[in-house]
Amino acid sequence: MKDITRINNTYQDDKVIDACSIFGMMDTSGNTFSGEDIIKAIANMRMRGNGLGGGLAIYGLYPNYADHYAFHIMYLSPEGQQETEEYIRQKFDLVHTEIVPTRPAVGIVNPPAVWRYFLNVGHQKPEDQTEDDYVVDRVMEINTTLKDTFVFSGGKNMGVFKGVGYPEEIADYFCLEQYKGYLWTAHGRFPTNSRGWWGGAHPFSLLDWTVVHNGEISSYGTNRRYLEQFGYQCSMQTDTEVIAYAVDLLIRKHNLPVELAVRVLAAPFWDDIDRMPPGERKLMTTLRQVYGSLLLNGPFTIIIAHEGEMIGLTDRIRLRPLTVGAKGTMLYLSSEESAIRLISPDLDNTWIPTGGEPIIGRLGEPLKVPPVAIVA
Amino acid sequence: MAIKVKDGSVVKIDTTGMEYKELNARLRDIASAGTKKVELQNVCGQRYIGTDLNTEIDIDVYGTPGNDLGAFMDGPRINVYGNAQDGCGNTMNNGEIIIHGHAGDITGLSARGGKIFIRDDAGYRAAIHMKEYEEKKPSLVIGGTAQDFLGEYMAGGILIVLGLTLPEGQGHRAKYIGTGMHGGVIYLRGSVEGYQLGREVGTAEPEEEDYLVLRQLIGQYAGHFGLDTEKIMQGKFTKLFPRWLRPYGRLYAY
Amino acid sequence: MKTFLPPKFVIKRDEDRCIQCQVCVNQCTFDVHSYDIDDDAIRSREENCVGCHRCAIFCPTNALTISKNPMDYRDNQNWGAELVEDITKQAETGGMLLTGMGNDKSHRVYWDHLVLNASQVTNPSIDPLREPMELVTYIGRKADRVEIDPKTGELITELPPQIKLEVPVMFSAMSYGAVSLNVQESLARAATEIGTLWNTGEGGLHSSLYKYGKNTIVQVASGRFGVHSQYLNAGQIVEIKIGQGAKPGIGGHLPGEKVSLDVSLTRMIPQGTDALSPAPQHDIYSIEDLKQLVHALKEATNYTKPISVKIAAVHNSAAIASGMVRAGADMIVLDGLRGATGAAPKIIRDNVGIPIEMALASVDTRLRQEGIRNQASLVIAGGIRNSGDVAKAIALGADAVYIGTAALIALGCHVCQQCHTGKCSWGITTSDLALTRRINPEIGARRLANLLRGWSLEIKDILGGMGINALESMRGNRLHLRGIGLNQTELDILGVRMVGD
Repeated sequence: MKDITRINNTYQDDKVIDACSIFGMMDTSGNTFSGEDIIKAIANMRMRGNGLGGGLAIYGLYPNYADHYAFHIMYLSPEGQQETEEYIRQKFDLVHTEIVPTRPAVGIVNPPAVWRYFLNVGHQKPEDQTEDDYVVDRVMEINTTLKDTFVFSGGKNMGVFKGVGYPEEIADYFCLEQYKGYLWTAHGRFPTNSRGWWGGAHPFSLLDWTVVHNGEISSYGTNRRYLEQFGYQCSMQTDTEVIAYAVDLLIRKHNLPVELAVRVLAAPFWDDIDRMPPGERKLMTTLRQVYGSLLLNGPFTIIIAHEGEMIGLTDRIRLRPLTVGAKGTMLYLSSEESAIRLISPDLDNTWIPTGGEPIIGRLGEPLKVPPVAIVA
Repeated sequence: MAIKVKDGSVVKIDTTGMEYKELNARLRDIASAGTKKVELQNVCGQRYIGTDLNTEIDIDVYGTPGNDLGAFMDGPRINVYGNAQDGCGNTMNNGEIIIHGHAGDITGLSARGGKIFIRDDAGYRAAIHMKEYEEKKPSLVIGGTAQDFLGEYMAGGILIVLGLTLPEGQGHRAKYIGTGMHGGVIYLRGSVEGYQLGREVGTAEPEEEDYLVLRQLIGQYAGHFGLDTEKIMQGKFTKLFPRWLRPYGRLYAY
Repeated sequence: MKTFLPPKFVIKRDEDRCIQCQVCVNQCTFDVHSYDIDDDAIRSREENCVGCHRCAIFCPTNALTISKNPMDYRDNQNWGAELVEDITKQAETGGMLLTGMGNDKSHRVYWDHLVLNASQVTNPSIDPLREPMELVTYIGRKADRVEIDPKTGELITELPPQIKLEVPVMFSAMSYGAVSLNVQESLARAATEIGTLWNTGEGGLHSSLYKYGKNTIVQVASGRFGVHSQYLNAGQIVEIKIGQGAKPGIGGHLPGEKVSLDVSLTRMIPQGTDALSPAPQHDIYSIEDLKQLVHALKEATNYTKPISVKIAAVHNSAAIASGMVRAGADMIVLDGLRGATGAAPKIIRDNVGIPIEMALASVDTRLRQEGIRNQASLVIAGGIRNSGDVAKAIALGADAVYIGTAALIALGCHVCQQCHTGKCSWGITTSDLALTRRINPEIGARRLANLLRGWSLEIKDILGGMGINALESMRGNRLHLRGIGLNQTELDILGVRMVGD
């Protein structure tokens, strides 16, 4: 895609504004399940979107190709596909490729062709670069220089399916009930200032990180200018994009544990920091001093996922909703409780986390479920 | 699809897969036909239940109702056998909402009258900007605890938080309680630290007349959920009141 | 020599109101009013009037009105009154025109061509009265990243010293000698109350003010007055002053008359001698010399204090600032074209330097392009007039601002531009003990603290309107600014878009 901005942000606004419904579900035992439930759940929150964007991310998706980078790429023209495939053959070792199967679905018009590629990074990579960095650079290059092409996702054993439509329509179009994964996230979008573009839907992805997001980041300008110093090109001009890059910088590049990275994105207030015990106080003070520009300010709920992990987080004064449900080894995150209840009526517990408090599900780790808080 | 069963004077509606618009239209018809009690089964996220109803009708909700439950409502009594989502009792004028579970954010936002009873916890900004005028005086009783900004810029009414879900030895965790409060009263059962309170609230031991109010509303709360009023009354209560009618008197230069 | 200058002001005394109480006579420091004992009347020598309003404000019956002299010159687009009178003054004295305060010319004030944003619908504005709103700012060099020990989870990163500001507004350097001790004490007490910093300027630190050290920046300038180990370690930040917005490239000259006993003690020079501040610092002729001084001061303070470097905003500020950061400055200060002074050659004040808005924008952009913006805090001075200017400065990329003139106005200054005369009738820029008493440090501190309180409330309102509850989320957030009435080059340098775009 040569000029993503022009397509994603038709009117060249500061950033694309959208509101949304989000849902995530994960079996922390690693068992895989089909998309049937999450499609039902996200459809139950149809009111929160407007049909101009929907998408899902699935982890544990390609067990047969688990060690290869799985690229989901959309093409708006055959020339774009030809150009991109040549590029891919040049830059990667191609293991397998196929068109992503689809079927006609209500609400889906003018879909682009979507293909998937399973790739290895081989001799093409400079020695001083990690495989992940190499892949990030190539994805950025495809998205910003090649014609009519956009990479939905490029991580291992995962994939993003998205487009213009309600999420359940997108799921229907891509036959997602036929796939299995141990972690699914979904997003229904309500953009206010773009006419909708397949690449602009959520989840937004970088390597195997995905973000679905409800809200608007008022600190976008600050976050973006900070990230640009580290070489991130905010080409999409969406606030969701800066979240993905911030997570990539903090966790992948700066090696911060997830638990601390979220304290950057939704930093505790100085007053709260001042009441902490000395060690923690110093840590939190340092984090805020160094990463103040990555504080996400404004209303948001996000579900961040990558291999083996799903994280739910809201802004520190909780201006956007998040409800958590737990049932056995299943963890559910949703904008609304009813969507969880629809697919799992007898939850062990359901609760509303405090603003800025992350909810983390990890493969093989027992869920941290608070005791059921009832009076009777 | 929806099944309507006539069972004495009770109308039952299976709301599975029903859009909120249809559900509320049915409620409007039923209420205007003089029905006194409706049971909604399998509710799952339908919004605005009870909005625009202004008769004394009992609505029993089974499942999880959607946002804005009872918003702008003027008279009905809603019992929810499950949890409520965000905006429960939003700008409610009269009637009663009883939640047999917990409630989400902005419970009782700008309520102008009526009563809301939450058996367990409530989310952020419960009773935010609740207000009173002459005989209109809303009450919100939360059996458990609540999250931050409880009673934020409360302008009237009665907010009671009983702390019954708090583990032994733990106090409320909400911060910014009563921040900007300039009317009404909050009664907290269970401990709270000074830093958790907004600077606009004062604290006091409840007096005799406060206990009359507490006993009445806690009695109703206990009655709804089959609990022991006396046991609840034995806890230690703190009264929070607005220190100033005009908390922002020194804000402006002229 | 007979002066050919007409009076600048005319004084109207309402004789029905005047009660001959002589308050005006006693308050005026420029010998305007006198009491005629024979006629029991007050006379005024208008040619001495500087328009400071001291007499009019203190007149108990409001009998006095001060107006501009309405005497007109023949219209002439080239030869305005100011130019004619300046030439007249120089013809009569043979000197450089000296003046006080900041540039009073009509150079574009970019703050007035920038507007701020607010949230509507897609994100909620936040009510700062009821919800937390954080203005806390830490001054000092930041690390590129935070390192955590993967085994223990312990923090490895140790940040260099960080100084906390509760409000991102500090008091600009105004030296003892240029302003009175009572003014400095007012500033110090207000800074302490509000949780910000005041700056000693280059005249040393009076022994009575050491107790405000936690809220003090000590300055090291070319004159090195009163600079000793105890002084360097007295404050929170040490500031190297290279230049000043009112007089870039020019030194200073505190006349001997102002070097009173106390000033002499503090500056550590003999009483009555001229205190000369050379134009350059004579140990800094190049960037590597700056690095040497920065590190000398770090050594002298055992790395416990951020070292600040202050320059006047000049044409190539961006490149200079980059060099300053690389030289080890933990805070850099840009002082703009409209920055004020106790005394400066008028021709310099009015013609040298660039507007602070442009300097700030280009320096912030350059430091980001070079990936070193986090290595130093960026503070601007010179031309901050209200909290709107503060907010716009932060959104352009500043960490904090200095105010000088605004602080003096809070103390009573009516911007009559006579600081250099030492006769300040408001008791601010004088060392005359009879006049310095006019500032009561307790009341002065109250007035200054009130000002900063009002501004911080306003900044919180601005932030809340944008849906932001921490100042750091507006810092450098130029998307929250739009330009109005600016050409494309100006917009490009400021890094903002046109309103409506």
